[in-house]
Amino acid sequence: MVLISLLSTSLRAFASEQQPFEFGEMARPPFTLPKLPYAYDALEPYISAQIMELHHSKHHQTYVTSLNDALLFQAQAVHTTNIVSQVSHQQLIKFHAGGHINHSLFWENLAPASSSEAKSSAAPKLSNQIASTWGSEEKFREAFKAALLGLQGSGWGWLVKVEVGQEQRLSIVTTKDQDPIVGKGEVPVFGIDMWEHAYYLQYLNGKAAYVENIWNVINWKTAEERFIGTREDAFKILKAYV
Amino acid sequence: MNGHTSAEERAPLQKSTSSLHIHIQPTDSRTSIGNMSTSLFRASALRCALRASAPTTASRAGLASTAIRGKATLPDLAYDYGALEPSISGKIMELHHKNHHQTYVTSFNNFSEQIAEAKQQENIQAQIALQPLINFHGGGHINHTLFWENLAPTSQGGGDPPTGALSKKINDSYGSLDSFKEKFNTALAGIQGSGWAWLVQDTQTGAIGIKTYANQDPVVGQFRPILGIDAWEHAYYLDYQNRKAEYFKAIWNVVNWKAAEKRLK
Ligand SMILES: [Fe+2]
Ligand SMILES: [Fe+2]
Repeated sequence: MVLISLLSTSLRAFASEQQPFEFGEMARPPFTLPKLPYAYDALEPYISAQIMELHHSKHHQTYVTSLNDALLFQAQAVHTTNIVSQVSHQQLIKFHAGGHINHSLFWENLAPASSSEAKSSAAPKLSNQIASTWGSEEKFREAFKAALLGLQGSGWGWLVKVEVGQEQRLSIVTTKDQDPIVGKGEVPVFGIDMWEHAYYLQYLNGKAAYVENIWNVINWKTAEERFIGTREDAFKILKAYV
Repeated sequence: MNGHTSAEERAPLQKSTSSLHIHIQPTDSRTSIGNMSTSLFRASALRCALRASAPTTASRAGLASTAIRGKATLPDLAYDYGALEPSISGKIMELHHKNHHQTYVTSFNNFSEQIAEAKQQENIQAQIALQPLINFHGGGHINHTLFWENLAPTSQGGGDPPTGALSKKINDSYGSLDSFKEKFNTALAGIQGSGWAWLVQDTQTGAIGIKTYANQDPVVGQFRPILGIDAWEHAYYLDYQNRKAEYFKAIWNVVNWKAAEKRLK
């Protein structure tokens, strides 16, 4: 009995090593790079076209590619019931998935400075709650700036809607590296990328100027929609590019 | 003028260190930045060119005063800003040393003063709140100081392979220098966010190993720093942009193994 069981185990192990694993349509995890809703130079002079192109076509693309790679690896590990491999890949998936999620949200919460979306008047309900939470839009910006400049290393700053029971509150949240805003009841309203690649070619070590200038290209219309909408609404961009 | 504003912003810090974010010089949020990067680069390229052709002068005098009033000061470089080209451009070296490193020094001094005050006032909460800032800025100062030392232009031995005890340890642990570099570069590439990779020595066993550290976490405690490579984007972005693997490959041409050997015990 023992021998048979051993034999069948090793046969199974052999089989799973030998067969190319089959996922049918799942063979290649499906995420693709979202299109930018504007041209690379549309955020000039606040964010240069060179930064936008590298950031979107290289950095974001790398997160998408690496996420698909990591998910494929994960699927293999699930298929072969290799729990160690699955667990050891969690962080890699979180990092690249976070990179994909964050950048997808980021592009959509930016808009050309000359557009009506870039005015905070495009977000009446959100503006109201910002004013009642921080006193004024100006004070909110100051608090946001202090949070962004206080980051030690790579990360993001987010305005987050947090649903607490019947209430919804606003909060400024910074996250490290590519950690996404996915906590219970949390909806990311808009985010600002504070990795050096987001500003260095233009602002060098002057990140305060980047933070000041990015207010000119915040898409308040998107922010209002995310503020009013559900969590699924905020993340719908991710489903559009699979 | 825009150019004026941005040049000031990039100048070494002269601001009082009383505010929390002293590395920041506020600019007018409505200032147009259209010509900023080009004009900056021109000025910076000019300075680098000047520097590259002349021996380092002005800041060298500062080295002797490292311990004035117990304050950290920016150490001088043992080579010119342009001396590590083409592996690292003069433009990067100048910004990295004169602006980034200077900011860590200034901030470290600032928060050290604040923590001394908090101690005097027996304010434990304030002391604890300041700890991460001391770690970050003090770590930034230590890391960069070690980094400048463990780099050298090829004309001053940069890239020459290690010898003696360090060479033996590397061969024993990794098989060869090349396979060590390969492992080190894999570690560098695996850093998720900002950070450093270090060749370290275990102070308990004497064994060497490769470790990565997040942000500016310094190599302290059980491990002794032997050789460090800065994997923050500011360390390579102007030259290599997203192609960081090229930076990791090129930097070995300017690694000062002699300095690393001296750190080994
Ligand atoms: Fe980014
Ligand atoms: Fe650095």
